[in-house]
Amino acid sequence: MSEYLLEVKNLKKYFKTKNGPLCAVDDISFGIRKGETLGVVGESGCGKSTAGRAILRLHEPTAGQILFNGQDIVKYSPKKMKEMRRKMQIVFQDPYSSLNPRLSVQALIAESLRVNNIGKSDKEREEQVKQVMDVVGLEERLINSYPHELDGGRRQRIGIARALILNPEFIVMDEPVSALDVCIQAQILNLLGRLQDQFNLTYMFISHNLSVVKHISDRIAVMHLGKIVEIADSAEIFNNPRHPYTQALLSSIPIPKVNLKRERIILEGDVPSPVNPPAGCRFAGRCRHAMPVCKEVCPELKQCGNSQVACHLYPAEENSVR
Amino acid sequence: MNQKKQNKEKKYSFWGDTWKRLKRNRLAMFGLFIIGLLVFCAIFADLIAPYDYATQDLMNAYQGPSLQHWFGTDEFGRDILSRVIYGTRISLQIGFIAVGISLIFGGFLGAVAGYYGGKLDNFIMRVMDIIMSIPSILLAISIVAALGSSMTNLMIATGISYIPSYARIVRASILGIKDQEFIEAAKAVGTSDWTIIIRHILPNCLAPIIVQATLGVAFAILTAAGLSFIGLGIAPPTPEWGSMLSTGRNYIRDYWHMTLFPGLAIALTIFALNVLGDGLRDALDPKLRG
Repeated sequence: MSEYLLEVKNLKKYFKTKNGPLCAVDDISFGIRKGETLGVVGESGCGKSTAGRAILRLHEPTAGQILFNGQDIVKYSPKKMKEMRRKMQIVFQDPYSSLNPRLSVQALIAESLRVNNIGKSDKEREEQVKQVMDVVGLEERLINSYPHELDGGRRQRIGIARALILNPEFIVMDEPVSALDVCIQAQILNLLGRLQDQFNLTYMFISHNLSVVKHISDRIAVMHLGKIVEIADSAEIFNNPRHPYTQALLSSIPIPKVNLKRERIILEGDVPSPVNPPAGCRFAGRCRHAMPVCKEVCPELKQCGNSQVACHLYPAEENSVR
Repeated sequence: MNQKKQNKEKKYSFWGDTWKRLKRNRLAMFGLFIIGLLVFCAIFADLIAPYDYATQDLMNAYQGPSLQHWFGTDEFGRDILSRVIYGTRISLQIGFIAVGISLIFGGFLGAVAGYYGGKLDNFIMRVMDIIMSIPSILLAISIVAALGSSMTNLMIATGISYIPSYARIVRASILGIKDQEFIEAAKAVGTSDWTIIIRHILPNCLAPIIVQATLGVAFAILTAAGLSFIGLGIAPPTPEWGSMLSTGRNYIRDYWHMTLFPGLAIALTIFALNVLGDGLRDALDPKLRG
């Protein structure tokens, strides 16, 4: 067994479109250790969510391996996969659309149990539902409410409860707080942190909000147009960003100080289309440091100091160009 | 402590909850009452009807409503009230069973087509288009002609000819719902496709289906009447609202009561079903619960 709970190798997810395949996730590899949180950041449409869903096989991966506890789950039959889903869960972005409006809180949370034939009777399941509601901080009196009667934070707690009740080891957090307002974001993030300690959970935390990711992640992967451009410990990314895209991304974090002036890296041009992406580095068109080689050869993810970076600025041996 | 007790009292199953909401809707309860009354008439027709439905009394033909014959008599002097009461049996059966057939098959085909999409969807919907391109009465005629004329075949024929419209409605509603995130959330916990369709998708697209089904009962009764009219289906003297209506049509200038009462019976049934359907649609939607 490797050191990782979840290891993704050369994962690809292409969608068919009229103009050719859309490379939503293109050959990404990373690992997540047990009990760790891997933050995944990137701009809209860079394939973060698709990657998360492909890992759970909600989207069938086009190619690649997903090793969970050393087992390649891509090859699993639907039946085996169903058992596997108990160990790998997902919390969705939008708590308004991810809950069936016709089901009560009780039915929503118990669904995970019912589908997996856990618990002998409805009564027993109800007990479990109440327990998990308590764990995620939902008042017991809400058990017969319907989603439309609850606010966003409570709804998101239902989403978390649905995942948690199966006792998973690994949860994909697909932007779990981006649809909530700020003070509720903080509550939910604290809840997630507490649950992680309590149940020794492993998270893959997808977000476009860098401050949120910084708060919760042990390591961070930066994605750009279907590729991972940099992956490193959280502190390393924030203190010593290496990839030009990461640098630009970090410079865009707003700092709540009125008089503070700082250099912002403004990216020019548009993100290239993920349908027929350019050869070479996909960031080359907008990069300040673009070199001729960038447009021709696609950089591989290489070890560079304490991080792994996919950029031609950093040759394999560590002597910095910067 | 107090809160716990309240919880116990407030607890209902899904259907219990729906029933509670339905009860509060007076109009819907009225509809339900009428449907109940009609079903009662159908079951106990022998006891309620004052005359036999087939006994002719040519001396008293074409009589208007009177104390002896509340709804008057028809061209053979048969009591229209009795015929309307006995007719409930046939017409309700035809209406409900025919709609049941088209709802089950149409709903299934539409659900499969909408949920799985792709080639299967294309295939099913093109077959439905072909069926739809044939006028439904013509289709029903050919089915009855092929199977032989009997009440069962009549219901099957009427049912089949309305399958496409249900398939289309169900498919369209499913298309609107299957891409929502809660479907994906259901998949993520391992819910099977079939459970997703039954438990998550269909309850969310009930409204148009209920409306279509309640109207469908009316269409089915009338189609069956049309078929009986041309001699395929219910043979006289068996009373059936539709055929009574079409016979009465010939005398409508002089003897209005012959068409009025069976017509009223059909209208009342449809009205009750519509009202009940509307109420049911609202009751099934937890957003509207008070």
